Amino acid sequence: MDSGRFDFTDLCILNRSSTTCFRANTGRWTGARKPAQDDAMPHDHHDDNPHSLLPSEPALRVKALETILVEKGLIDPAALDAIIDLYERDIGPQIGAGLVARAWNDPEFRTTLLTDADRVITELGHGGRQGEHVVVVENTPDTHNLVVCTLCSCYPWPLLGIPPGWYKSDSYRARAVREPRTVLAEFGVTLAEGTAVRVWDSTAEIRYLVLPMRPDGTEGLDETALARLVTRDSMIGTGLPHSAGTTA
Amino acid sequence: MTRIHDMGGRFGDGPVPREDDESRTFAKDWHGRALALTVAAGALGKWNIDASRHVKECLPPADYARFGYYEKWLAGLANLLVEHGIASPEEIATGRSDAPAPDDLAARRLDAARVKTALRSGGPSARDSSDGPAFALGAQVRTSAIAGNRMQNGGHTRLPAYAAGRVGTVVLHHGAHVFPDSNAHFNGEAPQHLYTVSFAAGDLWQHAESPHDEVRLDLWEGYLEPA
Repeated sequence: MDSGRFDFTDLCILNRSSTTCFRANTGRWTGARKPAQDDAMPHDHHDDNPHSLLPSEPALRVKALETILVEKGLIDPAALDAIIDLYERDIGPQIGAGLVARAWNDPEFRTTLLTDADRVITELGHGGRQGEHVVVVENTPDTHNLVVCTLCSCYPWPLLGIPPGWYKSDSYRARAVREPRTVLAEFGVTLAEGTAVRVWDSTAEIRYLVLPMRPDGTEGLDETALARLVTRDSMIGTGLPHSAGTTA
Repeated sequence: MTRIHDMGGRFGDGPVPREDDESRTFAKDWHGRALALTVAAGALGKWNIDASRHVKECLPPADYARFGYYEKWLAGLANLLVEHGIASPEEIATGRSDAPAPDDLAARRLDAARVKTALRSGGPSARDSSDGPAFALGAQVRTSAIAGNRMQNGGHTRLPAYAAGRVGTVVLHHGAHVFPDSNAHFNGEAPQHLYTVSFAAGDLWQHAESPHDEVRLDLWEGYLEPA
């Protein structure tokens, strides 16, 4: 099937004030009134609003929007490839893991990372979109940190890459603040008795990175070996680092 | 009331779904394309990140609940394109452009060569402020009794309902940041001091898992009053 076209049975009738489409997948007609300028709630998008005019298949929705914007001269398709490439190849949890491993091995770096992460991140060239303001929070025997964004999906992109699906799921967003210990158990994490849970709900543009506790028995390891023990989830708080000698 | 996206503390969602294959950055190819398209369209500068969050929050609750993550992004993008006059409903429906964009807008196109620089510089939200912060570290504060945008009915806000009307302690001060409740509606950045406020779990939930647990939120000064 040519993914660049709509389902052949989708049909749209256009006129001056509205658009009506027959959707093959639902067998229903959907209408779109042109938004009036004087709508009291201009941001409310009901069933008759633009997004409902897109094709039923999500991949075709992307194709439709990309085609429109490329034809208008507003999107460079090569830029889309470059963005995808950047997050698939260059930017990911290995960057955060490098910071954690260095902090484990370098007390001065650790202090700076915990008190002025932005300076460290800027100096190392790890700044960028969704990591403009970073606070690093330290796990201790007394406190375990867990990061969530209940309102959307805020996450330190330049340090951890694109968030995994579960981080953006309704279940994680709804439950991490109310029952963090139950959520942690689902991830296989059981805390020592006496350890309090500190949940960070990322409601502004501050992005949080957890500095996990250094595993026992890693005294002789260099930064490269230590970084291999640092998992993505251990920097969100839903996991712990690998034990020495058990690198996945 | 806030909106469908404000789900912190909600019951009924079941276990956190885990991917079968976490080795992929994007589970499906179109996910990456949707993200890239949204980022590139945002670079045109017609809207800001707060407006882009708000348009997703404004999806009909039934759509918000049934859409996958990147489906919400696509729906938000389609609605922003129409709202800002970049595309017409007819163009969205046909998937083809009827007319090229004005030159001044096209001049803002994010070219491939600029991608790394643009994403590496990001868009900081910290702003200088001539006013000092109203609250010191350690101050007891109470959040607004109602989680809602005070300036615009149904507008964007970042005080979750579960933390409305609660007393907490200021633990961090981040300086002044762009105020989403204003910026999302293109009423100016109106920067306000931003704090991290710590709440005891027992002050938020009827049945907290442990009396020692806490939840910390980043909250603008306008959401807070002395307690």
